[in-house]
Amino acid sequence: MRNRRQFLAAGARLGIGALVAGALPGVTFAAAPGGRPFVVVILRGALDGLSAVPPYRDPDYATARGPIAIARPGDTHGALDLDGFFGLHPAMPLLQERYRAGELLIVHATASAYRDRSHFDGQNVLENGGDRPSGTASGWLNRALGALAGRGIDGLALGQNVPLILRGPVPVTSWAPSRLPEVEPELVTRLRDLYSHDAILSARLDEATQIEALADDEKPTSPAMSDANAAVSNGNVAMADGNAAMSASAPVGGAAAQPNAGGYQRLKLIAQTAGRMLAAPTGPRVAVFDATGWDTHAAEGAGEGQLAARLGGLDGVLDALRSGLGAEWSRTAVLVCTEFGRTVQVNGTRGTDHGTGAAAFVLGGAVRGGRVLADWPGLGERQRYEGRDLRATTDLRAVAKGLLRDHLGIGDSALNDVFPGSERVPATRDLVRA
Amino acid sequence: MPVIVDAMTQAAIAANRFGFGARPGDLAAAASDPRGWLLAQVRSPYQAPPELDGLASSKDILAGYLRARRERALEKKAASQGVASDQTLKLALIGLGKQLQPYYMEQAAARTRAVLASDASFRERLVHFWSNHFAVSVDKQICLGTAGALENEAIRPRITGRFADLLLAVETHPAMITYLDNQRSVGPHSDLGLRAARRFAEPTAGKLGLNENLAREILELHTLGVDGGYSQADVTTFAAVLTGWSIGGGEGRFADGEPGTFQFRANLHEPGAKTLLGRRYGEDGMAQGRAVLADLAAHPATARHLATKLVRHFVADDPSADLVDRLARIYLAHDGNLTQVYSALVHWDGAWQKDARKFKQPHEFIYSALRAFEVTPRDPKVLLSSFDVLGQRHWSPGSPAGWPDREADWDGADALMKRIEWSVALSDHIGDSHSARAAAGAALGPLVTAHTQKALEDAASGSQALTMLLMSPEFQRR
Repeated sequence: MRNRRQFLAAGARLGIGALVAGALPGVTFAAAPGGRPFVVVILRGALDGLSAVPPYRDPDYATARGPIAIARPGDTHGALDLDGFFGLHPAMPLLQERYRAGELLIVHATASAYRDRSHFDGQNVLENGGDRPSGTASGWLNRALGALAGRGIDGLALGQNVPLILRGPVPVTSWAPSRLPEVEPELVTRLRDLYSHDAILSARLDEATQIEALADDEKPTSPAMSDANAAVSNGNVAMADGNAAMSASAPVGGAAAQPNAGGYQRLKLIAQTAGRMLAAPTGPRVAVFDATGWDTHAAEGAGEGQLAARLGGLDGVLDALRSGLGAEWSRTAVLVCTEFGRTVQVNGTRGTDHGTGAAAFVLGGAVRGGRVLADWPGLGERQRYEGRDLRATTDLRAVAKGLLRDHLGIGDSALNDVFPGSERVPATRDLVRA
Repeated sequence: MPVIVDAMTQAAIAANRFGFGARPGDLAAAASDPRGWLLAQVRSPYQAPPELDGLASSKDILAGYLRARRERALEKKAASQGVASDQTLKLALIGLGKQLQPYYMEQAAARTRAVLASDASFRERLVHFWSNHFAVSVDKQICLGTAGALENEAIRPRITGRFADLLLAVETHPAMITYLDNQRSVGPHSDLGLRAARRFAEPTAGKLGLNENLAREILELHTLGVDGGYSQADVTTFAAVLTGWSIGGGEGRFADGEPGTFQFRANLHEPGAKTLLGRRYGEDGMAQGRAVLADLAAHPATARHLATKLVRHFVADDPSADLVDRLARIYLAHDGNLTQVYSALVHWDGAWQKDARKFKQPHEFIYSALRAFEVTPRDPKVLLSSFDVLGQRHWSPGSPAGWPDREADWDGADALMKRIEWSVALSDHIGDSHSARAAAGAALGPLVTAHTQKALEDAASGSQALTMLLMSPEFQRR
């Protein structure tokens, strides 16, 4: 007998959105035909944009950066050249390929409306889309989905929980790979009844069953993923057997977003699955995930070292997303951003402290790339913000508004509700192909 | 606001809202005086739980780690002269993490066992609360060895005394010093800073200097709070105050001193009087930093920050302003005595509403489930795998802000599905040895609704009934 899960998976495979919609109460994925995938990647911890995208020809760069300066293109561990002034960190050759293919746009010296130096407030502003850390309980990506109303669940967070950027009145869901056996549909039905007086839990249960069906169908079949599944799908792991694959023995991390020795291996699998889900006819339209570990206060490294390892991991994660999207990549835009930048001057422990202006990446087949968008303020002491940070000359909200308007088709007036208080921050033009 | 009169309901709230859930028999023990039952846990003199016996000290763990790092540095040096291969270096780096991993496992397993066996789980909740307030995260390699030691050595013995003492113990613990990179922060005019400046004629980019990480997070996270009224200049000045707060047995010119212990390095300390938050602190070596910490602990912004976090944790996401005001006043009136603050919290009627208002965090759910069924897996890997699967490994919040503490941070759709999967696995393991109805009564008492009661009775099997209990709204919230 086919259970509900197989039934849903079949529906998703055949692209029968109406069938899926009828099969579950409440909610469904049903991206309108023509909806273009949009992904936001948040680099938590404040990425050092001056190392990720070194302005190697700036006259003050090498002096200010001393032991952590990225060498010039052509030198050992030198930058990968972009436009003769900016380069990419040498750990990101795949991104350089995208740049050359005209699919990567870099925004430099950019920041949200936030001008202090707390990670946590900075992330709040980056995600709530306002100009203050508190007072806005929803995220701008959720409000953007609201402006596209009427299409069911379009928002997916990769991870167990939903980050602020995607929280809000519009129903969204979350997904992360599981190590435990699937839940029987019969139990789900009973739990739905158990939650009939509980609005939040019943909504979450419906959202979860929806995405689970799609995840079953869109699981990557690469050997790596199969191994990962086989290693962990072995029943009763929570209590009874001492299955070492349960990874309490893994050296570091364990949360999806934490890099490991292999460089974000788990996040790569998640990104690839996310790509497949986005590409599915009944899949979500927007997705968001995190990568952590960018707070390089000490021993940051230059062409090699701590930051280089993370950037190499990120390079692979973004490529995994691309490969998961397959042909849909050509219609996709991805925004990779961080809460703020880091100090221009290297600090006393060969790292950098919290700063202001940062770098952001906009990539995807839909992006008008192959260029660096920067009103470069310079790195001299007088050119810096408060004498220490890269000055922010491009408002990150302008970039996000440009993507929402021209990629997702959200009107200008709605954008000012998505980013309250941004009336004087016009959407950046020409970020995506017509 | 409904006033609770029923003693068993109060006992269930005491065990679940303030503790890590009831073990069989706990509700009966608490019912005669639920508030007194909670407060007795924090008024009794400190005694380390026996589950922590035999754990290695941070000093021993760090000394071994630092020795291994030095050896690695020597290998690196050899490699640069063409002796060792890149492969050797890679192995050495992985080896460092592997060396610390067993300590992490032991500490995390001991912590879990202490909670599962505890008669004083309100106290254990407070240990977790403060450990999260002063979070270090094991995604930084060195913290694999030190995170549990910070909790056991600096935090556990001091959570019922003055906050100032807790604060000083944490900020001088090698775990915090190294997590926030202070051990090599050098004052530009210190002996070492001046010597380095003389040696390198040009501006000393990155040679030696301040690192402001520890100073910023003390102000923002540990004491005043982000809106506590400090400026970037205060952060930088405080960083200068804290120069010299280091550990012994580091690399190169930081090699002296007892390895793995706190060490004040006078030759790194930025000399001179400093003005912070409008107050002038004369030059006094390490005592300058002690004086700043003492003033921060007594600051009204700190009182409000701590009160807000406590109320958010134990009562509701959006704390009642009345209660926060009250706790902050009591904190200031009693010289930061934390037991006085806990007592005011426990005696606040608004904290005893029957409707649970917080969705349990993963660790709270796991602890309460295992306590309800008195299950303690013997194999540490199995014991700890639950925290991994449900997304909250011990001491791994990923940032010094610690784990977030609002419902929306934890009630994702996928998080719920993972809890269902995990509950099925636990229920299968328990099998028919427990009746769901009896377990519901023992864990939740009168908090179980008729709707849930009926769902348990209608379940297809004993094991399914246990899953339904674990996943019921009453069990998922506290």
